[in-house]
Amino acid sequence: MADTSVHLQQQQPSRSRDLDKLLLRPGNLVGPRFEPGTELRDDLQAFAKVLVVGAGGLGCELLKDLALTGFCNLEVIDMDRIEVTNLNRQFLFRLEDVGKPKAEVAAKRVMERISGVDIVPHFCRIEDKDIEFYNDFSIIALGLDSIEARSYINNVACSFLEYDSDDNPREETIKPMVDGGTEGFKGHARVIMPGITPCFECTIWLFPPQVKFPLCTLAETPRTAAHCIEYAHLIKWDEVHRGVPFDPDNPNNMKWVYDEAVKRAELFGIPGVTYSFTQGVVKNIIPAIASTNAIISAACALETLKIATECSKTLSNYLTYNGSEGLHTKVTEFERDRDCLVCGPGIRIELDPSITLQKFMDLLEEHPKLQLSKASVTHRGKNLYMQAPPVLEEMTRSNLTLSLFNLMGKLPKDIVHVNGMTSKNDQKTSCLRKLHVVFKGVDGVADMDTAGGA
Amino acid sequence: MAEPKVKYDRQLRIWGDQGQAALEKSNICLLNCGPTGSETLKNLVLGGIGSITVVDGSKVEVGDLGNNFLVDESSLGQSKAKCVCSFLQELNDAVKAKYVEEYPDALIETNPSFFSQFTLVIATQLVESSMVKLDLICRNANVILIFARSYGLTGFVRISLKEHTVIESKPEHFLDDLRLNNPWPELKRFAEGFDLNVQDPVVHKHIPYVVILVKVADEWAKSHGGGLPSTREEKREFKELLKAGMVAQDEDNYKEAIESSFKVFAPRGISSELQQMLNDSSTEVDSSSSDFWVLVAALKDFVTNEGGGETPLEGSIPDMTSSTEQYVNLQNIYQAKAEADILAIERVTKNTLKKIGRDPNSIPRATIKSFCKNARKLKVCRYRLIADEFNSPNLPELQKYLTDEDYSIAMGIYILLRAVDRFAANYNSFPGQFDNAMDEDISRLKSTAVGLLNDLGCNSATLAEDLINEMCRFGAAELHAVAALVGGIASQEAIKLITRQFVPISGTYIFNGIDHKSQLLLL
Ligand SMILES: [Zn+2]
Repeated sequence: MADTSVHLQQQQPSRSRDLDKLLLRPGNLVGPRFEPGTELRDDLQAFAKVLVVGAGGLGCELLKDLALTGFCNLEVIDMDRIEVTNLNRQFLFRLEDVGKPKAEVAAKRVMERISGVDIVPHFCRIEDKDIEFYNDFSIIALGLDSIEARSYINNVACSFLEYDSDDNPREETIKPMVDGGTEGFKGHARVIMPGITPCFECTIWLFPPQVKFPLCTLAETPRTAAHCIEYAHLIKWDEVHRGVPFDPDNPNNMKWVYDEAVKRAELFGIPGVTYSFTQGVVKNIIPAIASTNAIISAACALETLKIATECSKTLSNYLTYNGSEGLHTKVTEFERDRDCLVCGPGIRIELDPSITLQKFMDLLEEHPKLQLSKASVTHRGKNLYMQAPPVLEEMTRSNLTLSLFNLMGKLPKDIVHVNGMTSKNDQKTSCLRKLHVVFKGVDGVADMDTAGGA
Repeated sequence: MAEPKVKYDRQLRIWGDQGQAALEKSNICLLNCGPTGSETLKNLVLGGIGSITVVDGSKVEVGDLGNNFLVDESSLGQSKAKCVCSFLQELNDAVKAKYVEEYPDALIETNPSFFSQFTLVIATQLVESSMVKLDLICRNANVILIFARSYGLTGFVRISLKEHTVIESKPEHFLDDLRLNNPWPELKRFAEGFDLNVQDPVVHKHIPYVVILVKVADEWAKSHGGGLPSTREEKREFKELLKAGMVAQDEDNYKEAIESSFKVFAPRGISSELQQMLNDSSTEVDSSSSDFWVLVAALKDFVTNEGGGETPLEGSIPDMTSSTEQYVNLQNIYQAKAEADILAIERVTKNTLKKIGRDPNSIPRATIKSFCKNARKLKVCRYRLIADEFNSPNLPELQKYLTDEDYSIAMGIYILLRAVDRFAANYNSFPGQFDNAMDEDISRLKSTAVGLLNDLGCNSATLAEDLINEMCRFGAAELHAVAALVGGIASQEAIKLITRQFVPISGTYIFNGIDHKSQLLLL
């Protein structure tokens, strides 16, 4: 039976009229730690803090959905400014907002309409924030369209994860993520509990790299409109504008590529080069519609609520959506990769306590699993060495000749985060790695290791 | 580019100018503008729908502020339809937005002719009795109808109209139409112009794989009594034959030929789905037939006569390793055949139109062309009347769903979503709507659901207790996230129906927000 105090409060008109049914009443298909009651609802409002990464098609929806799902403390980060082509789905923006930062306008619009919700916008790149910035949130919701950005946030969230001596994840260090993505009528929503469910990197094969046209095809045997466009974009541009980089956002640049592509298509008798298609190929435009974004974001918001309150079972752990031919949804329970470099227990590195920071960085480059160059090194939020910006580089340069052991506060073992470049598919990509540094021969270390049976 | 073109760029890449024009011409009615209805319309208004009419008789209450983004504090006490309408107008001033402050249930009773002015009606949060009535009204007026309902962590979307036909179904994975299993004379002749034993390695590695396959298949046929490879062993031999033709390891054209060799083995003729369509009684056309069925009748004629068992050729070829010149030549061979097939279909179509007393030129050439290009992908969707589904559901399917591991929860939700309406009709509130009667409501809902199952002829079926409990816990709550999801699906289906592109949902889509194991039920 529901107790009378709850009943009386229900009689009062309340904003959370509908949500209360879910949060105040006991349920049968709920998480193990679900404790229904007004306290749960109030705690959700007071303490749960969610970061929305991206204020585009998914981000706008996510902010609205979370604000109407009992979350009162939200922050949003996005480096982009509003464009006209956003307006068919990013419903928080109007024509007069074009050119303004997405994060700021989105936060303002949602706060205007929903009282009691606080949204802090961050108009910057995700890499511009300290790693500790991300540790401040209960849950991170991702509304992104790039694999690189997803991978970065995933790396950051997984870097907080700690394992106990039995290699079980420490619960208080798990930073849950909810990730959505769309393309036309298709999309996915997933829940990532680092250390428990697969992280983005564990299932990176779900996002195969794009196939590029071979340059010889573009140069010698063009057959399609796309070949003509990529010839103009990738070969002809450089030939004509030596040293001037092509800017896809400059309409004159785009027009030039289009005109050249038309000429080439005519020369070879190839149909199909249009201005719109040229833009699509050059900018790799992903078609996007309001409905799919709404559906995927709503699924993500619902899962965010479930993670925060355990008011229902959670999605376990990957939902694929396809609405083009009828409607197909499928839930797949992917498995964690136990050896994952990002969410696994980390790469263990044994070091001599006398090693300097510079020597340590050299080791990272040679390490077969890491091959990490241009490293910036952080320990417990403190910058030991930073490659950039120049001010920080200068400030931390003197650490290079100091002993790492001393720099890490003479701890026998601890986690160090390194941020640097690694090569993948012949391409340099930035990455963040978590290392378990263990100093050889320092008090207690050897004993602990044998005890742990490592 | 003009402003609207830029604004709609990302969606024009999906449904094109024609799809957009259809959206801009359409006239939509929304019944009930709670979050489910509001979110549905929001998506359509952003996409540039022509005009909308919001029907809702309620005033904005405090509780609405917690689940509907389209109302705010300043709306309290005002007409919900008016407030939602004014926010929607703010989203896109190109849309004509109207509202009617009236309860949909009452409107359905008192003014059924109201609905005939619309292209499509989106009915949200209606109870069963109103659904059945509205369905009959819209069916008779030939108005497309979409039902959407959010209920706690569950919901459904159901389309209702007599028939929806699609030319541009745009399937994602569809075998290209190369006819390698049945090449026509011009393609054979074109292939004959190539020498697979050419000495120049650069020329050899640029022979299009289509040519390689036609030639090798021809060679095979000569030594196998005119047949093509059909057994596993023969297919393997055929691939070996291809491999033997390679002169260097890096010949991409030969690799493509081996990968595509299954196109030679594929059975000739049309798919069983298309055959079924050609056998449909609608192909016996008269003056009341739609353009679609007139064209299908022409297609039927073509397949039996000129086509020799095949549809008109699609006419496009995929990219493949080749010199530019030979690729363009090959493209021309395919296009010429496609053009000839279009002419044949056009001829039959004109005759048919004349026969049924219509203007022979009343179907535009562009439509005929698109029809021919998509002949293999045509779709016909038909929907049962809601009343028929409710009173006499497809019993074998229903029983299968109830016991199937993947479907039983969704089926349980379907039954319970109907049971809550019966409950409401009997007890004047939804189960669990008020806190003080939870236990009583749970047992009442259970007996209502059992009664419903009995009425449907499933006497022995049982529903999971947990699910019944959860349904009572939901107490008819309309949660924003669930509403946004269900409304998102409803708007997606509206777009597919209006643009006549892609394929709409065929049965009842049951949303399961508990673990997202949602299902489509065909009852
Ligand atoms: Zn991982």
